[in-house]
Amino acid sequence: MPTRVLVPSGVLGLGFDRAALARGVAAKPDIIAIDGGSTDSGPFSLGAGVSKYSRAATKSEWRQLMQARAEAGVPLVIGTAGTCGTDATVDWMAEITRELAKELGQNVKIAKLYSSQRRETVAQALSDGRVTPLTPAPEIDAGRVLEMTNIVALAGAEQVQAALATGADIVICGRTTDTATIAALPLARGDHAGGAWHGAKIAECGALCSTNPTSGVILVDFDERGFTVEPLAEGACCTPHSVSAHMLYENSDPFVLYEPGGRLDVRGAHYRALDERRVRVEGSEWIPGPYTVKLEGARVAGYQTTIMAVLRNAHYVAHAREWMEKLTAFLQGEIASRMGLAAGGYHLDFRLIGLDSALGALENRQGSPVEVGVLGIVTAPTQETAAEIGKLINPFVLHYPLTEDEELPTFAFPYSPATTDRGALYEFALNHVLALAEPMEAFRLEVEEVGHAEFV
Amino acid sequence: MPSLSERVLKVRSKNAGPFWVTIDIFCGSKAAYDEVSAKLSSARVAELYDAPLQTLKRFDIPELNVVKFSLPRPVVQGGREDRDMHGAGWAVLLEEAELA
Repeated sequence: MPTRVLVPSGVLGLGFDRAALARGVAAKPDIIAIDGGSTDSGPFSLGAGVSKYSRAATKSEWRQLMQARAEAGVPLVIGTAGTCGTDATVDWMAEITRELAKELGQNVKIAKLYSSQRRETVAQALSDGRVTPLTPAPEIDAGRVLEMTNIVALAGAEQVQAALATGADIVICGRTTDTATIAALPLARGDHAGGAWHGAKIAECGALCSTNPTSGVILVDFDERGFTVEPLAEGACCTPHSVSAHMLYENSDPFVLYEPGGRLDVRGAHYRALDERRVRVEGSEWIPGPYTVKLEGARVAGYQTTIMAVLRNAHYVAHAREWMEKLTAFLQGEIASRMGLAAGGYHLDFRLIGLDSALGALENRQGSPVEVGVLGIVTAPTQETAAEIGKLINPFVLHYPLTEDEELPTFAFPYSPATTDRGALYEFALNHVLALAEPMEAFRLEVEEVGHAEFV
Repeated sequence: MPSLSERVLKVRSKNAGPFWVTIDIFCGSKAAYDEVSAKLSSARVAELYDAPLQTLKRFDIPELNVVKFSLPRPVVQGGREDRDMHGAGWAVLLEEAELA
């Protein structure tokens, strides 16, 4: 059965074209699907279990989507709620949804798909041989798994279908693959499997597959042979080039995409312009495989304090690297003698902004900067230790001289206090897949009804 | 010798998940694609990124006039040693590389 999926944007929190969304609702979609996150912003969100986007931005956009859902009378699904898709961020999104239901006077049935994994369960699966590394994967053992702050499994189409089968008006998913929320309904209705996954991949970043990437709203029609994609913003067009080129984006392999239960192969896909804004795609293939889900996990890799100074004096700018190397050696001695900390007990790193702070050892150009920013990053086993090292090095970062026989220099500190405690440094600690006996084995579903119409 | 950026439309790099970075060279024309595809060796790219050649994936895609490389990130995204969380800055190494 043909299925029309409305995708308001690539992620909730980045904004979308309201007029285009209204056109999408008028086009009578069968479902509205949006992504709520990814690993793109780094390990902090998963490590801490919090959203990267502000609550205010999330709520204002979700309000518009809940209104669009009520008008369209179809399910609204969000994947990877709250950036990382932990249970905590699913609950955060559900709380926002309850508030909005009350404010909008809506009666809604909410299904929550939880993706967080118990550490002990993952450690057991590891010892049972059900956890397999991808390339490249961090080294793990049971102890490492048990120290992770959050572990999520990436749900696929089957888990989203189970949530939709509850009859929910709104489905709030924990971690899902980027494509699962879009592919779920077309697959459930028997549309072409290769087309469902391929169309979902094309639409998952919203209008990024069009000539107007920031306009957000995309409509995808799935059927028994493939899919048709159309951007809804005024003046935005999908072309065979813009659509096929989107398979390059953030994919290490532009032709093969692994999903729970198989892989998508688009090498046989052909892209055809239906008119100046719509593209038809057929020929993509879905190849079923073992039912595995990807795992993501994060752990605390220390605590950080930073300090920032700017060198503007021409002599210091010209000798910035020599200065930084001497300073580092001097500070290691001070930290050892005053705090009793050997160099292995903490990590002190100065990045020279203006020389090579972005590329490090890969930098192959030299210039003559007007000034050099000195970003000092201290990483230590506790925040107290990192902060203490920050305070200890502060006066030297401000005044350290290149030579002994000169008047003490003073560099520019941009603010007071000069040090900033950054809290925990999280790192991604899993790039593995977990084999499941059946798709819901690693996921939980809860349904609640929120009724506030009587208060309106 | 011209740099790659003088020959092509755009070079883009971005993480492909926390463990990979992918670099897309949009050549913009068949002539530029043919030149880049022929002259830019995988060994040269591996050297620019200090990556073992055998870990480098290469895709020459004439339909799009694109040459694409993917490699494991030298440090995992967001780790203590990471300097570019999104990996977007790595594109400049290819932009500025000379097309021998």
